[in-house]
Amino acid sequence: MTDDPLFAAAAAAGALATEDTHRSLLQSIVDVARAILHARASSVFLYDEETDDLVFAAVSGEGASSLPGKRIPSGTGIAGWVLATRQPLVVEDLGGDPRFAQDVAVDTGYVPKGLIAVPLLREDRAVGVLEVLDRPQRPGFALAEIDLLSLFADQAAIALDLLQHARRAQAVLKGDDELASIARLAAALSASGERREAGLRLLQALTELVAR
Amino acid sequence: MNAYDPETLTELLRALPPAPERWVRRAQQIPRHAGRARPFARLAGAFGGGAAVLAHSTQPVEDETELPAWSLRAHELERIEVQPRWPERVDREWAWGAATGEGVRVCVLDSGIEQGHPLVGEIEGAVAAIVDDDGAVRVEEDAEGDLCGHGTACAGVIRAIAPGCSLTSVRILGGGFTGSGPAFLAGLRWALEQRFDLINMSLSTTKPEFGRILHELADTAYFQRTLLVASAHNMPVESYPWRFASVLSVGSHEEPDPLTFYYNPSPPVEFFARGVDVDVAWLGGGQMRCTGNSFATPHMTGIAALILSKHPDLRPFELKSLLYLLSNNVGAA
Repeated sequence: MTDDPLFAAAAAAGALATEDTHRSLLQSIVDVARAILHARASSVFLYDEETDDLVFAAVSGEGASSLPGKRIPSGTGIAGWVLATRQPLVVEDLGGDPRFAQDVAVDTGYVPKGLIAVPLLREDRAVGVLEVLDRPQRPGFALAEIDLLSLFADQAAIALDLLQHARRAQAVLKGDDELASIARLAAALSASGERREAGLRLLQALTELVAR
Repeated sequence: MNAYDPETLTELLRALPPAPERWVRRAQQIPRHAGRARPFARLAGAFGGGAAVLAHSTQPVEDETELPAWSLRAHELERIEVQPRWPERVDREWAWGAATGEGVRVCVLDSGIEQGHPLVGEIEGAVAAIVDDDGAVRVEEDAEGDLCGHGTACAGVIRAIAPGCSLTSVRILGGGFTGSGPAFLAGLRWALEQRFDLINMSLSTTKPEFGRILHELADTAYFQRTLLVASAHNMPVESYPWRFASVLSVGSHEEPDPLTFYYNPSPPVEFFARGVDVDVAWLGGGQMRCTGNSFATPHMTGIAALILSKHPDLRPFELKSLLYLLSNNVGAA
């Protein structure tokens, strides 16, 4: 991260503008993952290194309204296993041991019978886990599902990475009112609208005035 | 004057100008036990190597039976004699017929092993690599068992194929589940020091800085007759150690037979073993039906244990070659 205020402001403006976009992207990823595997639910977890927790970042299907934002210790459940070993995993009879379904059963009471989980790897870091729950079991299809979901996980990992960057930038903003003001102004000007041109002219005039 | 007499030769050499620095260094690098290197050192001395070179080269030879390190002279052929081990044509009966894995020491580098699990039985020992708050890593006896079930699942697969082998747990995935590179490296180093025959690693790291060290450790294992068996994975990122040629890397096939395995002519994944719908040991004495390369890997470890219990002298490259010949798609199956 550079100390250049202009860079910081630009980065912060990007962060403000894209938090919602990233959330939509993550939601889209779990929606599509659920759809392509005809599953009952899908979740993407973000790994929080500071607290060693896995956080539900987006959920589609069962738990969509209650799970996002909930945290589970990374030492709990299948998601933690996949995160630790960096290995995709399919479990078919999870209901037999609910202790290991905590990552999907938190607060919902919904215990899936089976799931497929893949780690979300970004460069050299494991940033989270993507899970798809209770898809129809088709003999001889598990490896193809793993391959498909692994490809898809790459996209989810990029989205999670962007989300983490956005949050860090926002954390910076919260500690700096001046930068926050500039960033909000930059964010407002980057949006399209009738006042954008006028605003840019005013900003140009202001820049010339301050520079004198 | 006899120029071959060491004392005379030393006198002669003392009169010569000092040898170039690099000649002296080269001569000093020659191990003292490398008997065949002494003439080379003498030659270096004769070219002006001086007494320093000669003094080094005429040190007593400590171990004449040590194999040559860098080259082989004609009269030393008998020193590298290898007893023929393989018949003209190998098959699975020759490779592991009636074998149980007895006498083979297998290490499971993972999350621990639940002692006394019905599918695992007794284990030889358990240690954990623990990272302290200050970053120091220590390896100590482990009474925690398995904290997540992954290691127990792998141990159960190995035991099912090679019931007579000895199993030792090295826990490198901690309570926080995510493990750490330093614990991984410390656990593997400890396992190499114990000279296990096989080390099962159904996991990988994506950290390049650990990858480089893992590469060195994998080569050390290869030359000390410890075969590392590691899970490949199909994620679009670099991960280690499965990609290294000194490691036996394993992916999954979809067939139900635990002894069916295939050689892959398009590496880096070298073998495919059973990895789909495997009934694995689960915590609390239970079982779970799982799919993943994590479970294909211990299948190959178990098969390798069977072979080593019948042919304990096989080196890693021989074991790999034998597995290639015994693969279902190669013909000796």
